[in-house]
Amino acid sequence: MSFADALAGAGAKPAGKRPYFLEPQVERVLAITMTIAQELAVARQRADTLERLLQAKGVLAPGEIDGFTPDAQTSAERQMWNQEYIARILRIVQQENEAAAQLDDVASGEMADELAKTS
Amino acid sequence: MTAPNSPPVANDPTAGYDGPPDYRVVGRHAVFPQTNHDEIERINYLAQMNRHLAARVVPGVKAAYDKRVEPGFRAAHGRPIANRHEARKAMLEDPAFQTWSALRRATMEQRQQAGRWTALRQNEELARTAAALTDGDDRLVLDPTVAIPRYVSAVDHHCMPGSYHTEYFPGDVTNGANYDHAGFVTTGGLLGKFTDGGGQAVVKWVKRNLPDFKPKKILEIGGTVGHSSLPIAQAFPEAEMTIVDLGAPMLRYGLARAKSLGVDNVRFVQASGEDLSRFPDHSFDWIQTTMFLHELSSRAMHNILAETRRLLKPGGIVLHVEQPQYTPEMPLFEQAMRDWDAFYNNEPFWSRLHEMNLDDEMVTAGFDRDSIIHGAVFGVVDRELFPDAQEDETEDYGRKAAWEVIGAVA
Repeated sequence: MSFADALAGAGAKPAGKRPYFLEPQVERVLAITMTIAQELAVARQRADTLERLLQAKGVLAPGEIDGFTPDAQTSAERQMWNQEYIARILRIVQQENEAAAQLDDVASGEMADELAKTS
Repeated sequence: MTAPNSPPVANDPTAGYDGPPDYRVVGRHAVFPQTNHDEIERINYLAQMNRHLAARVVPGVKAAYDKRVEPGFRAAHGRPIANRHEARKAMLEDPAFQTWSALRRATMEQRQQAGRWTALRQNEELARTAAALTDGDDRLVLDPTVAIPRYVSAVDHHCMPGSYHTEYFPGDVTNGANYDHAGFVTTGGLLGKFTDGGGQAVVKWVKRNLPDFKPKKILEIGGTVGHSSLPIAQAFPEAEMTIVDLGAPMLRYGLARAKSLGVDNVRFVQASGEDLSRFPDHSFDWIQTTMFLHELSSRAMHNILAETRRLLKPGGIVLHVEQPQYTPEMPLFEQAMRDWDAFYNNEPFWSRLHEMNLDDEMVTAGFDRDSIIHGAVFGVVDRELFPDAQEDETEDYGRKAAWEVIGAVA
């Protein structure tokens, strides 16, 4: 079986119409979010496995991760990563706020109609 | 993990751990799919999600029913809710039931995707392993002329794409592998190391209640990969156990699994339980079905019960293990919650079956009313590693390893 076939087959819809309990738009986003939550758990467990293996091999000492204190430079890099991460995730909120302040904004479709006018 | 029943140690949050075991304790065999680290953790997470929904979200659904749904219905209609269908429809308007339902459905879909990915990515290798174990073995009898009835083909049971019967190539076992290895998500380990807690429970019940019963020929109808059949075959090594099922991928996988586990007194035969004419009258001492009746139709069940009557030797027994019937004593909230699978998890006969008078059905099939057997069983598991259904107070409606037995003596 090809990779593409396995991908499509794994996510295949079962026979039988899907019920919706919430507004379909909301339930769609919920289902996507719950799968991301699942994958976050998988990633968290992988990091935990890594830490425990490193401890078992003597590379990490117990408590070393929880006791980790970054120096000023490292701290700044890590906190900037947090800021960048949050800004990426909340991009749509930023853009909606910018839109609220931009009262003369037009839609591309409106421009298309305007530019299609021959006269 | 701390052993069950040991007293909690102060300030040790793991001491009182109550929940599914790590998936790594499940029993493996030759055709069990390989699972990498992340695939295992995906199953662990999904089992915990089902546990969370049952233990920590359902109580909120119950409270909403008691405080909002039932009083709201009473105020709107001037009478109490009359039956489980009214209860379910009223709950569909309540946010607690909506949220729980949306999460439960999403979890089932995530489980299928997770399990199917693991099975599909290695299905050619699994088919080769199964073929090496079963090619030329007369204990695997496939019949491609067996028609798949509408009650199986129209909606895929428990949202399992392709159901039990779909083959993706000749010799395929994908759907058997998916069904076997990831069922843990739904049961949370309550069916034990080899998902055989139901079969072990039946064996325990038979040995206790029918101590002189020495069956030689045993049939399980709708036995899929043999989860419930193998403990029976192992408990009665002198007997020959026949497992019939509609799905060729289940049967191939089932025989390979059984042989790999050292269980040899089994045969896997492709057939519909409605037409077992390949077996003469009075062929069996014991006929078993386990969590099977709810995946039929009324007509199919009549036909199957009649076939069991025909096939049993005089004095032989038939036993059906099922989730509990709806009775007037069962609260309407519980009935409506148990009906969830019928309406939202592709188990369409679940609702009708559980309201039927099964004693009458058995009599219609030709059994004497005086010969009817009733019992109750819990999943039997290795309690060092797995949770015990009898001690588990979490109610995951329709999923718990606590069943009723209805049967008869021919």
